[in-house]
Amino acid sequence: MIEIKGLHKGFDGTPILKGIDAVFEPTITSLIIGQSGSGKTVFLKTMLGLHQPDSGIISFNGKSTADMSINEKRQLKQDIGMVFQGSALFDSLTVEENVMFPLKMFTKQSKEEMLERVNFVLNRVNLVNSNKKFPAELSGGMQKRVAIARAIVTKPKYLFCDEPNSGLDPRTAIVIDNLIQEITDEYKITTVINTHDMNSVMEIGEKIIFLKDGYKEWEGNSNDIFKTDNEAVVNFVYSSNLFKKVRKLYQDE
Amino acid sequence: MTYIKSIGAYAIMLTSVFRRPQKRQIFREAVFKEIDDLGIKSIGIVAFISFFIGGVVAIQTALNLEDPMIPKDLIGFATKRSMILEFSSTFVMVILAGKVGSYITSSIGAMRVSEQIDALEVMGINSLNYLVLPKIIATVLFYPFIVLLAMTLGIFGGWVAGVVTGLFEQQDYVSGIRIDFDPSLIQYSLIKSVVFAFLIATIPSYFGYYVKGGSLEVGRASTNAVVWTIVMIIISNYFLTQMLLS
Ligand SMILES: Nc1ncnc2c1ncn2[C@@H]1O[C@H](COP(=O)(O)OP(=O)(O)OP(=O)(O)O)[C@@H](O)[C@H]1O
Ligand SMILES: [Mg+2]
Repeated sequence: MIEIKGLHKGFDGTPILKGIDAVFEPTITSLIIGQSGSGKTVFLKTMLGLHQPDSGIISFNGKSTADMSINEKRQLKQDIGMVFQGSALFDSLTVEENVMFPLKMFTKQSKEEMLERVNFVLNRVNLVNSNKKFPAELSGGMQKRVAIARAIVTKPKYLFCDEPNSGLDPRTAIVIDNLIQEITDEYKITTVINTHDMNSVMEIGEKIIFLKDGYKEWEGNSNDIFKTDNEAVVNFVYSSNLFKKVRKLYQDE
Repeated sequence: MTYIKSIGAYAIMLTSVFRRPQKRQIFREAVFKEIDDLGIKSIGIVAFISFFIGGVVAIQTALNLEDPMIPKDLIGFATKRSMILEFSSTFVMVILAGKVGSYITSSIGAMRVSEQIDALEVMGINSLNYLVLPKIIATVLFYPFIVLLAMTLGIFGGWVAGVVTGLFEQQDYVSGIRIDFDPSLIQYSLIKSVVFAFLIATIPSYFGYYVKGGSLEVGRASTNAVVWTIVMIIISNYFLTQMLLS
């Protein structure tokens, strides 16, 4: 479980996160939504320790990161998997080497054991026969799969995904979303996903946090979100004409 | 003010770089890969330039020696001296600063803007240590050999120039090379090359690691990195020469 209390973060005097509280629980896929520039990526990276928070508490499993020793932090990082907005695969390594990298770095497994685990996770994300390819030779959707495979190869307790389906066609996006949700459920992971994709919200929105101007504006699930009359959420959800039409039909009934 | 800040940031970077590698096996592989990328792949251009510059220095000296009172073996002597003292270390290292420096900045910068460095950090890897230390070890170990190669090929280039142009006798050239042989000068050049190798590995890494923005900024950072590496080589050359030779 991850608990966030009063999290503030700014850059060069400009506040970006202005006091956010949130709780993320195991086996649940939590979504952070909000407009571009609302601070989703900054929020995620601050939770991960890539940005130093200005104030506030971030605790993993009841222990605040501020109170952790260097060793505890290192240990925590091995329990975290992250899928970046642009996949962030290592260009100079093949698919297999990319996924094997965290194992090579942090475990004492033999080459065979590592390969077995790598093939298992690649299989799990439905990516076979691409082991020897380089990231540049893969489509965007395949790169995302490799990134997910690399993130889960060390059996993390926490999985963070920054817009895992941006730049993908709607069908592939749903496949990736469902894959993340299945993995979350199967391995009892605490998963946090950044997205601004309404399809994801409908498909996998077990818990949704809506960010606006650095505040948590709204919290709920995928059923609530279509019923709420929070103006900012309504504007966000019904920003596309398709959804506006659906809403109108719904209200006319 | 910004310069002082940058120098401070560079120094802080070095403290993260000089840590014990997290996995020795991976570190060793990385060092060999960097020796290949930063060293072996530069041998061709260094050999080519050294050979021809050696030839040109010999020809220039020969053409400027019209006074019959000046002994002909001065040609070999002058070529040897300029190759060993300045060309092989300073000049060759400036060329490597351009070639290798821009490569280092753009490869690390590309990793920064595509979040690959963040990916390393999230895994719990000290990214500076992982990316920069193998480059330092590779260049500091390997560039002295490149410098020795440049000396040898430069002097050889001068000899070949004599054979081809007929401007001077080969015996004169060879005896010129033998005059006043002083191994401490070679040592001086090698010490310089180690310092320059360190600058070539670290300054471009600094520019690449802290780049912000996209590919345009990476390009701009590469140019700045090369300029600053060359400036620092020239400045430290001045001080090293004072320290080592006077
Ligand atoms: N390293 C940084 N330094 C300074 N400002 C930053 C930095 N990272 C983000 N910001 C600023 O923080 C704000 C929020 O950015 P963020 O990337 O979190 O948005 P986002 O919600 O993830 O948007 P998107 O949906 O487009 O990815 C932006 O105004 C951005 O300019
Ligand atoms: Mg973002």
